[in-house]
Amino acid sequence: MTNTPLPQLDDQRSKLMKQVRQRWQLYLFLLIPVIYILVFAYYPMLGVQIAFKNFQPRKGIWGSEWAGLVHFKAFFSSFYFSRTVTNTIRLSVYYLLVNFPLSIIFALMINIIVNKKLKHTLQTILYIPHFISTVVLVGMLMQILNPVTGLYGNIYRLFVPGEYPPDILSKAQPFTHLYVWSGIWQNLGWNTIVYIAALSGTDVELHEAAQIDGATRLQRIIHIDFPALLPTASIILILNSGSIMNVGFEKAYLMQNSINVVNSEVISTYVYKVGLSGATNQFSYAAAVGLFNNVINGILLLIVNSLSKKLSDGTRGLF
Amino acid sequence: MSEASYIQQKITNPKEDKLLYAVVYSILFLFALCILYPIIFIISASFSDGTEVQLGRVYLLPVKPTLDGYQAVFSHKNVLIGFRNTLFYTLAGTAINIIVTLLCAYPLSRKDMPFRGFFMFLFVFTMFFSGGLIPSYLLVTQLRMINTVWALLLPGAMSVYNMIITRTFFDSNVPVELLEASQIDGCSDARYFFSILLPLSHAVVAVIALFYAVGHWNAYFSALIYIRDPNLQPLQLILRNILLATRISLNEFEDPDLMEGKIGLEYLVKYALIVVSSAPIIALYPFIQKFFVKGVMIGSIKG
Repeated sequence: MTNTPLPQLDDQRSKLMKQVRQRWQLYLFLLIPVIYILVFAYYPMLGVQIAFKNFQPRKGIWGSEWAGLVHFKAFFSSFYFSRTVTNTIRLSVYYLLVNFPLSIIFALMINIIVNKKLKHTLQTILYIPHFISTVVLVGMLMQILNPVTGLYGNIYRLFVPGEYPPDILSKAQPFTHLYVWSGIWQNLGWNTIVYIAALSGTDVELHEAAQIDGATRLQRIIHIDFPALLPTASIILILNSGSIMNVGFEKAYLMQNSINVVNSEVISTYVYKVGLSGATNQFSYAAAVGLFNNVINGILLLIVNSLSKKLSDGTRGLF
Repeated sequence: MSEASYIQQKITNPKEDKLLYAVVYSILFLFALCILYPIIFIISASFSDGTEVQLGRVYLLPVKPTLDGYQAVFSHKNVLIGFRNTLFYTLAGTAINIIVTLLCAYPLSRKDMPFRGFFMFLFVFTMFFSGGLIPSYLLVTQLRMINTVWALLLPGAMSVYNMIITRTFFDSNVPVELLEASQIDGCSDARYFFSILLPLSHAVVAVIALFYAVGHWNAYFSALIYIRDPNLQPLQLILRNILLATRISLNEFEDPDLMEGKIGLEYLVKYALIVVSSAPIIALYPFIQKFFVKGVMIGSIKG
């Protein structure tokens, strides 16, 4: 009896090895993707050490001298720290607060359309802007909102002939609103898809029973449709709050000009500017700023993921 | 659905219902209008006369229709180069994406593969943490891919999110019995993939191909940081240079004389460019819409 554990372990191991050998073709399939992910995702992760070094192009990442936390301290004490962090959080929280309730409300509204053809046409229209590229979207914004030649100016002059409207593109304040509402224009329709899918799963009999009991459509929305959305909605809310420190580079950068930079400089655009766009690129400093952002994003996502797992009894985590 | 609408008719709508429908339909109608109006305006402006555009006389339909804008766009040197390059990046990039994604999703969908969990973690972890912009840039420099097409094709060879969509599809849409039956008949793992799994997975391949293709068509950031050579620049980068520029130099056109003296042409060029660059995707859109929606649905099953 005392000797059995060892052979058993050996047994298990050889069984596993046999299984691995049997499935060798599957590992062959994985070879290219694994090489890809190691080179393009994990190797750069090792490269984050540059944030703790004084990078010198000649010596490379590995050969440069350690600098400790100098670059982090420099970022935290510069005025860019509060500016970029505040702008990042302002943009994403504002967007979340508008986008989240609106996409639920629009999904509920689209869902009550009885005529199938009308519903389909409407959905087709609402999804279109999602496929427009960021460059084109910003180009459209600039053309349309041009106070002299744009649609905005044309319509303004219908009411106030001979005058030009205020130039909202070259002011700092409207930037935040333009950023958020152009995002709503582009993505609101698309964001309803998940909710409409959830609504299509609601019980028809529940609706029938409620109708026989004399419930109005609004009452049925409040008591049947809306509760059916809650599981999906809570998970989407949690996941979105996990990316609050994560404002994409492209749109903010393209909409940026020297005047609105006070409100439009987010962490990702700042990293690009100090790291890659200038004549003197501060690689180490930019990497430190980026690392700070990535770490916060990672932590937020971990928290949010465990929250969503807890709320859904383990079925709705990302990993 | 038909049953529901039957009952809908049977039960008389109370007054409140009619009010609700009136409110909802008008809100949705207004929102659809908000989406369509800017798009229609851009298209109309692109076909209008330059002077009329500059004087702000276009509201809904083209005024004094011309094709000047389009003529100018297609005689712009960089635009044609951009189109050619983007077409190449989209085709080559999507092909690479699909191959790598399928190679990765298939083994990870096999529950009988040892260490499956470990490999899954290896990929999913990269969705949550990355080295960031600077280390990635230095890697591409180190690999000597700056200013080559590879910088736009290889670093994004696979999106883990799309891989998970594909894996979920394999898991949930292809019955395990097929695998078991083919294994009894002595089918190898590779043969099962090529002869059985792939023919059953056209739908998901179409979905991820479209996700990737639209991504490539609209991509701009990688080119901004990796590509300096104007002959390799994709359309979006050239678009950005023209759309966000305040003045367009006449020398950029093949025949500057043709463009000379046409008032408001620079506005027309911008409008026409917006239309021309978005047209391929918008034109395909009605056909591919259902695939996209399907993709979002599959994606929402997990995450």
